[in-house]
Amino acid sequence: MDWINAIIQGILLGGLYALFAAGLSLIFGVMRLVNIAHGDFIVLAAFLALSITTGVGMNPLASLVLVVPVMAGIGYVLQRGILNQTLGDDILPPLLVTFGLSVIIQNGLLEIYSADPQKMNAGALETASVALPGDLNIGVLPLLMFAVSVAVIAGLQWVFYRSALGRAFRAVSDKQDIAQLMGLNKAHVFGLAMALSLAVVGIAGVFLGIRTSFDPSIGPGRLIFGFEAVIIGGLGNLWGTLIGGIILGVSQNIGAQINPGWQLLAGHIAFLIVLAVKPRGLFPRID
Amino acid sequence: MTTSSYRISRSSPASRVAAVMGLIILIVLIAAPWWAGRADMRLLSEIFLYLSLACLWNLLAGYAGLVSVGQQAFVGFGGYMLFALAMFAGISPVAAIPLAGLLGALIAVPVAVLIFRLRGAYFAIGTWVIAEVFRLSFAQVSALGGGSGTSLPVAIVRSLASSRSMREATTYWLALAMAAVVLAVIYLLLRSRKGLALTAIRDSEVASSSFGIDIWRHKFVVYVIAAGLTASTGALIFLQKLRISPDAAFSVNDWTAFVIFIVVIGGIGTLEGPIIGVIVFFLLRETLADLGTVYLLILGLVAIVVMLKAPKGIWGFIAVRYGIELFPISRRVIDGNSKK
Repeated sequence: MDWINAIIQGILLGGLYALFAAGLSLIFGVMRLVNIAHGDFIVLAAFLALSITTGVGMNPLASLVLVVPVMAGIGYVLQRGILNQTLGDDILPPLLVTFGLSVIIQNGLLEIYSADPQKMNAGALETASVALPGDLNIGVLPLLMFAVSVAVIAGLQWVFYRSALGRAFRAVSDKQDIAQLMGLNKAHVFGLAMALSLAVVGIAGVFLGIRTSFDPSIGPGRLIFGFEAVIIGGLGNLWGTLIGGIILGVSQNIGAQINPGWQLLAGHIAFLIVLAVKPRGLFPRID
Repeated sequence: MTTSSYRISRSSPASRVAAVMGLIILIVLIAAPWWAGRADMRLLSEIFLYLSLACLWNLLAGYAGLVSVGQQAFVGFGGYMLFALAMFAGISPVAAIPLAGLLGALIAVPVAVLIFRLRGAYFAIGTWVIAEVFRLSFAQVSALGGGSGTSLPVAIVRSLASSRSMREATTYWLALAMAAVVLAVIYLLLRSRKGLALTAIRDSEVASSSFGIDIWRHKFVVYVIAAGLTASTGALIFLQKLRISPDAAFSVNDWTAFVIFIVVIGGIGTLEGPIIGVIVFFLLRETLADLGTVYLLILGLVAIVVMLKAPKGIWGFIAVRYGIELFPISRRVIDGNSKK
């Protein structure tokens, strides 16, 4: 029964990892940019939510209405102000600039909030659970978060393949110059992609802050989880990313079940096995 | 005018002056135990070790196009190998340094085969995952202190040299030798046939591949060499610290962020860059380190500004402006007629 429980919890955790991954996957798809500071933005969003909840006395889930637009705004300004200048044939500038950003966000948060672990309380929702046959109990909150994650992935999928914005994303991704000739302002489109990416990061950050304790140093770890989910699922496939996140979450929980010290290691090993056996991921996009 | 009056030359007046200056500086530095204080020597050794890490990262990122944010994997691995070899195999720490490098190069072979499947920026994060795997794995080894780490036993430290000042001089010379060896290896590598191939790959992968250069193999060789030397440097770093723990050994800030900063400031893709960068880095650190986190904020900011405004760093700026090269690597045509 412990094992089934571990697997179910792993699946639910996988939803959160898919949220970490979705924003990363989106901007890579649109502009071949890997944001090394992605995990630190997740932590930034969590601290933002913490300040809002303690300052205004809001429920952390309600703080989403503020955190998501603020993060999206940061994303747009960041992209147009700094990151657009780094894009080009050379992969070094975007990597190193986002690496510098990561250092800045981590130490900025450390300066403001100190290194103490923080956690947000979502009230009565945190202890509510649904009883399943066979002595299993599933928390309502993790279930809710999983449902939101799936909805976010579905929403991104819809935006990418069904909306005018998604058409602009795909056009710029395929051929920047031609898209520009067709009247798309690529600087603006890239800005919108980063805004969307950080909006998802906003949701991920709030969920992270409710689920576990967090401190300024945990960003890189979240980046790595998101990255592993992307690679396991297959580059450029959002539903694959969700499955990648689930595989990662389940492996971690199975590892923890065997030996608490193996939790993270088991996740990394699952990633390395996929990389060794199917380097393009389990569900690569068919080009 | 005959064609024979043209010749290809690598050295230039600047590089010949630099060679003589370099030799003089090296001799002065070798003599440091007789003129420098204890604190100065510690600082100098740290500078040498950072210099060799920076040169190796520069070789990977600046010449082979392999941007790694996981070099701490090999720093920590080398450190742990030194402790393991000295504590369990009874090998003297000095002999364990090259051995740790050899083991580092060996472990880099399967690592490279695996992560070379990732391209560009994803390769960078892949190297980070490897470093995390190393960190978590060493934290599981209880013989090496598990998660809390271990200290080098006093008997082993004593075996290095009998007196404290002699020990300090020895580790200082080892650090100096490490930096000199790393610089020499990279210099000779870049001047060789392989170096020419690497420069070609850096300038255009497609073109060099069409000339028959095996890109994968060249990158693989560079990665393994850099890993081995990084592991040796790591062994020396922790021989100086005398204590190792997973968090210190595999710290991304200490062994990769600072190193990237040094190379970016100094000038990526040049041999001179890391030398300039390491001097600037330590000047900044000695003046700003009291500020704590603010100091790191400034470092991050400076790195971003340099990357945006002067992507070739300080040395790139100087080299373009004055056309000098201290390490004679590139070839230039000399017109024999004009010298008359």
